[in-house]
Amino acid sequence: MVIPASLVEAAQRIEGREISPVELTNACLERIAARNDALHAFITVLADQALAEAKRAEKEIANGKYRGALHGIPVSIKDLIDVAGVPTTCGSAVPARRALYDAPVVANLRRAGAIIIGKTNLHEFAFGTTSDETAFGPVRHPLDPARSPGGSSGGAAVAIVEGMCLGSLGTDTGGSIRIPSAACGITGLKPTVGEISCDEVVPLSTTLDHVGPMARTVDDAALLYAAMREGKVDASDRPVAPDCALWLSVPAPYFLDKLDADVRRLFGDARAALERAGHGIQDVAIAHAERTADVYLHIVLPEAAWYHAPLLAVHAQRYSPGVRLRLEMGGYILAEDYARAMHARTVLRRAVDRALEGVDALMLPALAIAGPPIGAASVGVEGGMEPVRGIMLRLTQLFNITGHPAIAIPCGRGRDGLPRGLQLVGHRGGTERLLAVAAAIERQMIGGAGSVGGGVG
Amino acid sequence: MDVANWLARASEDAEARGLPQLKTLLETLARSTQALRDADAEFGHPAAPSSEPADTNGDSR
Repeated sequence: MVIPASLVEAAQRIEGREISPVELTNACLERIAARNDALHAFITVLADQALAEAKRAEKEIANGKYRGALHGIPVSIKDLIDVAGVPTTCGSAVPARRALYDAPVVANLRRAGAIIIGKTNLHEFAFGTTSDETAFGPVRHPLDPARSPGGSSGGAAVAIVEGMCLGSLGTDTGGSIRIPSAACGITGLKPTVGEISCDEVVPLSTTLDHVGPMARTVDDAALLYAAMREGKVDASDRPVAPDCALWLSVPAPYFLDKLDADVRRLFGDARAALERAGHGIQDVAIAHAERTADVYLHIVLPEAAWYHAPLLAVHAQRYSPGVRLRLEMGGYILAEDYARAMHARTVLRRAVDRALEGVDALMLPALAIAGPPIGAASVGVEGGMEPVRGIMLRLTQLFNITGHPAIAIPCGRGRDGLPRGLQLVGHRGGTERLLAVAAAIERQMIGGAGSVGGGVG
Repeated sequence: MDVANWLARASEDAEARGLPQLKTLLETLARSTQALRDADAEFGHPAAPSSEPADTNGDSR
C-alpha cells in the first residue's frame, strides 16, 4: 500500500472506507521494519498494541462511530513523553522510567482516535540539535545518511518523511521541533507557551519547554494541534487561509546575518514570490535580538541542571559525554545571573510583541544551514566556521524565550538536494491565526503536501 | 562575585571533581555571562546607572 501523502488525505480515505486503519497501520509498520535499522528513527515500536488499536478503530468506524480526522491514524511520540506501560528512555542509557499513565497530551490524541505506533529517537534528554548523541544509535537523515536530520526531535521528523506514521509529537525548548522539521522538509509547530500540557513530559527547561506537532502539511499539523489541546478534532480545526493580502515583517538584523548560501537564496525567492502575489512585506528590527543566546543559555542551563542533579549524582557515567558536560555546566550558573536572564526575557518578549504590531506574522528562515554531517562540531557558513549547536539554535530559540507561537514549513531544496525551512512567528495566544497564515503561504508559493518527494511508496 | 573570580572558582571545582574538560566550556560560559551583565542597562535593570540626568532632589519618586 502507498502511504497517503498527508494525514488529511489518509483521514479522508479512512472516512470514505477506501482504506482501513489496519491496512494503514500495517503499511506504516512495514516502513518501520524496512528502514528503522538504517535510520534509527524509533526506539520502541508498539506493533501489537498499535494493531489492536487499529482493529478497534476499524470496528468503531464500521459501526458509524467515526471520531474525526485522527481516528485510525498512526502517530508517533517522542520518547521524552510518557506512554502508559512503555519505558520513557529519553534517548539515554540512564535507566528509563516506566510510565504508569499516558501524558495528558497522549491521552488527548487517543481520545481523538489516534493510534500510537511507537516512540521516536531523540538527542539525549532533548539536550542537543543533532540527534546523534543518543544511546539508541544516531538518527540519520533520510536523504543523506551521513548527515543529521536535526534535533532534538530527529526521530519524529524522519518517521514522517519515511511514511512510518502520519503525525509525530515532538518537544521544542530552543527549536527542537522546528530545526528537524526544516532539515527534513516537513512542518513543525511550536504553539504559544502553555497551550499544550507538558505534564508527564521529561523536562529539559521547565520555562522554555513546549510540546507540539510535526507532520507533512500545515493542515495536518493543525489537526494534531487541535487534538492535543482538546482531545477531539472537527472540520473547523482545519485552518482557513485568509483570502486577503498578508502583512509580514522580516526581522532583518541578526536573523539574516549568518545563513548558508542556499538558505539565503531560497528565503529571498520565497519573499519575492510572496511580494509578487500581493502580500506586504517589510523589514523590522527586534531590539536586543543579538543578546538571545546569552539570555537563553542562562535560563536553559540551570533549569536543566536542576532536573538532572539527582540523576547525575548516581548515573553520571551513563550520559553521553557532551550532554553530561552541558548539564554539569548549568550547576555553576549563579542565581543572580539566572534572575538577570529572566528579567531580560520580559524585555525580549515586549520587543517581539512590538515587532509584530500591525502585521500577521514575522517571516524568517527556520534553520541557517542544512542538516550537518553527523558528528561535526562546526560547519562553514559564508566563509567562516560556526559551532553546530549555536548556528542551529540561532533562528529559533528567541521564540522559546518569549513564548510566541512559531511554525517551520518547507522552503525548497538547496543545490545539495537537502531541504531548507521557512519560519513564521505569530502573536502570543494566536496559534490558530498563525496556522491560517502558514496555510496561506504554503498553498500560494510552496506547493503543499509531500515536501520530500510527495507520497511515500 | 565578579565573572573572573567566578570562573576561577568554577574551574577549580571542575578540576577537583575530575572534569577538566569542563574548563573550556566554563570559559565560553564566562564570556556569555559577562556579556549578559554588561547588558544590564540595555535591558533596563531597575538599579542600573541610567544615562538620564540624575534626580537632583534625590527623591526616587
